[in-house]
Amino acid sequence: MRNAYIATLFIVVLTFSILGLRNRTFTKPPMDVFPEWLFPGMKYQPKLTQQQQSPFFADGRSDRPAPPNTVPASFGPAGQGVRSDDFLYRGKLHDGSWARGFPPALTLDMKFMERGRERFTIYCSPCHGAVGDGGGITKKYGMGAVPTYHDDRLRQMAEGEIFNTITNGKGQMNPYGDKLAPRDRWAVIAYVRALQLAQTGTVADVPEDHRAELGLK
Amino acid sequence: MAKLFPKSANKLPVQIIVYLCVVGCIATAAAQYYMTPKYTRVGYAPMQPVPYSHAKHVGELGLDCRYCHSTIDTAGAAIPTSQTCMNCHNQLKAASPALAVIRESYQTGNPVPWVHVHVMPSFVYFDHSIHVNRGIGCVECHGKVSEMDVVTQVKPMSMGFCLDCHRAPELHVREKADVFNLDSGTIAATQGIEAARTFVKDWNIKPPVSCSGCHR
Ligand code: HEC
Ligand code: HEC
Ligand code: HEC
Ligand code: HEC
Ligand code: HEC
Ligand code: HEC
Repeated sequence: MRNAYIATLFIVVLTFSILGLRNRTFTKPPMDVFPEWLFPGMKYQPKLTQQQQSPFFADGRSDRPAPPNTVPASFGPAGQGVRSDDFLYRGKLHDGSWARGFPPALTLDMKFMERGRERFTIYCSPCHGAVGDGGGITKKYGMGAVPTYHDDRLRQMAEGEIFNTITNGKGQMNPYGDKLAPRDRWAVIAYVRALQLAQTGTVADVPEDHRAELGLK
Repeated sequence: MAKLFPKSANKLPVQIIVYLCVVGCIATAAAQYYMTPKYTRVGYAPMQPVPYSHAKHVGELGLDCRYCHSTIDTAGAAIPTSQTCMNCHNQLKAASPALAVIRESYQTGNPVPWVHVHVMPSFVYFDHSIHVNRGIGCVECHGKVSEMDVVTQVKPMSMGFCLDCHRAPELHVREKADVFNLDSGTIAATQGIEAARTFVKDWNIKPPVSCSGCHR
């Protein structure tokens, strides 16, 4: 009997020293109590979800690229042609020139500006800096080409042209059209305009009844 | 007739039963410890094709999670495209051998073979947007990603783990502005449990605890 206990103890020590404690770090796929090879299809159905591999398609991926000349439904006008509102979706007037101002389909209010600030902070400030002076964190690492928003060329630039820069990129700057829906792009532009104003604004620009909030007379 | 069995054999059945009990206890304890996701999954840190580090990009550069995981608050989570990386790496470290895979993917359009770390079984419905928009921070389920050089699973992601929170959301909710800030504290920790209860009530947070909520 004693031998049986000794043997058990030995097995316990052996198992323990092989399997170790919890909270180790490992690189092999996790073990499973009911492994997939023994019970195929029970845990992971043979269906495709986002960003998976599939031999069914020639390029081997489950996410299908958008067919040419289409836009994602969430980004475009639901149920209308993309060209239905050139101003809103392309920043252009009917004659093809850059539109100035903001599309009539949008209401510019505080909520819109807050949205613009949030999106700007996420997607633009790493390079353009929190105040739009081109001094974002990447500058420290050697990204030199980022311009400041506070020069005359960019102050005079039509809103539609900035919209195009966000949608399709420009020069060294890659497009952000895949990350920002058209409405969000306009919100970001509104916030960029606010940043530009903030650099050149004077006391006269602040409405009388709001001056006290800023400590102005 | 000589005795076939020694006297001590009388005790043998009892001894065998006791021994089997002991072995049973050990086996149960071992299964509890080793056959649950707390052991099998926590600590999974697969080798990735690119030595991408969240500690550098999030901890040091201060990028927001949504810069790369941009669909997280509307659709599901997704691994960023190689164009997202090239936004910066077309100018920074543009010739680094560590980024060769990214550059190739950007040119050919083929995906980068990232290895998924967290995977839910197909019989569970999970969606990020409701959690993120209702005040559950990334850190609750993914730990301090901002300090990891390689993404490591730190929570078991078992049914018990989900239910622990769904039964007591007031211990886990945080302010909307803090969801993407991994160093922030929960409302319960910073403002007290009463404030957290009010938050849950005001926002009408009612996570599903019935089976059909998650197994739909
Ligand atoms: C990865 C860094 C980076 C990010 C992020 C970034 N930009 Fe840029 N941006 C640049 C660079 C570099 C240029 C200079 C492009 C050039 O002239 O080659 C630029 C130029 C611009 C210009 C001036 C274009 C012109 O006509 O000269 C505007 C406007 C602009 N960016 C807006 C934005 C907005 C809005 C966002 C957020 C959606 C943004 N940028 C995000 C790097 C960035
Ligand atoms: C610069 C882009 C970038 C930013 C910013 C970023 N990530 Fe990631 N993230 C990635 C990439 C690329 C991967 C895939 C490679 C990997 O797993 O390391 C990833 C993977 C992950 C994974 C593992 C996914 C899986 O396979 O299960 C988690 C969790 C995650 N990120 C969380 C976060 C959180 C939380 C933040 C914000 C604090 C964040 N990420 C910010 C690029 C980014
Ligand atoms: C906002 C800009 C930005 C984005 C977007 C970005 N990175 Fe980086 N990355 C950097 C900076 C800055 C460094 C540090 C360079 C240094 O240390 O000089 C870096 C360093 C790296 C390094 C180390 C390179 C080396 O040779 O040491 C890798 C690998 C890397 N990034 C991968 C990625 C991947 C993969 C993505 C896309 C998911 C990505 N980065 C997106 C800015 C960025
Ligand atoms: C309630 C828990 C929970 C929270 C909060 C959470 N995640 Fe996740 N995350 C998961 C689970 C579970 C998975 C695996 C999902 C799957 O396989 O479908 C996952 C997967 C991911 C993935 C990989 C997706 C893929 O396709 O491989 C990324 C990236 C990610 N999470 C990022 C984030 C970020 C960023 C946040 C914060 C905004 C966050 N998560 C918050 C539980 C969570
Ligand atoms: C840290 C807390 C927390 C964790 C962990 C958590 N949840 Fe939730 N979950 C919530 C909250 C809060 C809600 C939102 C309830 C509401 O708004 O009424 C929610 C909602 C849900 C919903 C309802 C979504 C809908 O559209 O109705 C599902 C399904 C769900 N969670 C699944 C899961 C799964 C699966 C896991 C485990 C991987 C998980 N949750 C882990 C907090 C959590
Ligand atoms: C909060 C979401 C949630 C709810 C509610 C929930 N489950 Fe689950 N369930 C999960 C998750 C997540 C898993 C996957 C666990 C894993 O992969 O380890 C799971 C797995 C399971 C499994 C498979 C276990 C295995 O090892 O394969 C069964 C059976 C199950 N659940 C039954 C139920 C029943 C019965 C109920 C109702 C009493 C229920 N679940 C309610 C999230 C939930």
